[in-house]
Amino acid sequence: MSDLKIIEVKKSVFADNNEDAGLLRDQLKQENTFLLNLMSSPGSGKTTTLLALADKLKKIKWGVMEADIDGAVDAETVINAGIPSVQIHTGGMCHLDADMTRQGLREFGQKDLELIILENVGNLVCPAEFDTGAVKNMTILSVPEGHDKPLKYPLMYEKCHLLVINKIDVMEYFDFNKEKVVEYAKKRNPDIDIIFISAKTGEGVDELADWILKNVKEWCE
Amino acid sequence: MHELGIVTYVAKSVSKIADENDIQKIAEVTLQIGEVSGIVGEYLIDCWNYFRKNYTVLTDATLQYETLSAVTYCEECGKEYETVQYGRICPNCGSEKTYLLTGNECMIKELKICEVSFT
Repeated sequence: MSDLKIIEVKKSVFADNNEDAGLLRDQLKQENTFLLNLMSSPGSGKTTTLLALADKLKKIKWGVMEADIDGAVDAETVINAGIPSVQIHTGGMCHLDADMTRQGLREFGQKDLELIILENVGNLVCPAEFDTGAVKNMTILSVPEGHDKPLKYPLMYEKCHLLVINKIDVMEYFDFNKEKVVEYAKKRNPDIDIIFISAKTGEGVDELADWILKNVKEWCE
Repeated sequence: MHELGIVTYVAKSVSKIADENDIQKIAEVTLQIGEVSGIVGEYLIDCWNYFRKNYTVLTDATLQYETLSAVTYCEECGKEYETVQYGRICPNCGSEKTYLLTGNECMIKELKICEVSFT
């Protein structure tokens, strides 16, 4: 005969990943590599922003890890612009976790890079829940998506250190309120930095590059 | 897709616990899910029923969940209130200086295991 026995666990589902992410950050610190996790909804201009940064980040050695469910278009686009890049597939998953990030870094095999930007899967929900082991998180919100996104996806804005508002060149065609987006984002996260850019025209990209360079310098010192 | 991601972590965690405790078969896994965690329990069970086949120790394990209610604390007046009904603005004093006390959890509460005895 068989008896039922109960084992009490009382453990967060995210605990193992959080611990793993901490270990990865320690490793990155030792290797003097700044990992920046870039998140947004699909089509906000993540890859275009990276291309706009190509000229501005020439002083440092940097590369890009592209994470998508399938395809390699993003990595190919970035490589064609002369930026070292590797494509990771998440195997159907809507996000990357610390272990997948570590595997991606291993596959990338570039130990001498000062900066690696991780272009996460386009999604405003799941990537915010899973710590990738990145040093800082940034998110892009593009003008056509509307200024109320921070109200709808609070966790994303709580987790990010930098909010980039992209596609400001088309602001006049949309009912996008600049003051409101700042108010809503700061309400979720009073410490968040906010930079307005157009990856297409280049407006504001210098300020973004300066933010990145300053953070890389602080981490690698 | 959100729920599938979570299920993979539950499966990984639980099978690790099974390994450490020399457990061959798990009969039931119970989770605690916060009311405002954004996790849909029914989807979680669907994903579980698909994913559990990947682990021998979990193939017969059913997934249950308990919902933990969401409570928000107001820094201005020091009172607690129900998050789902009132959101971020305190119904007692109208302040926005509030934070979530409970309701965002996703915990593995307990496991039921079958112990085969020959007595």
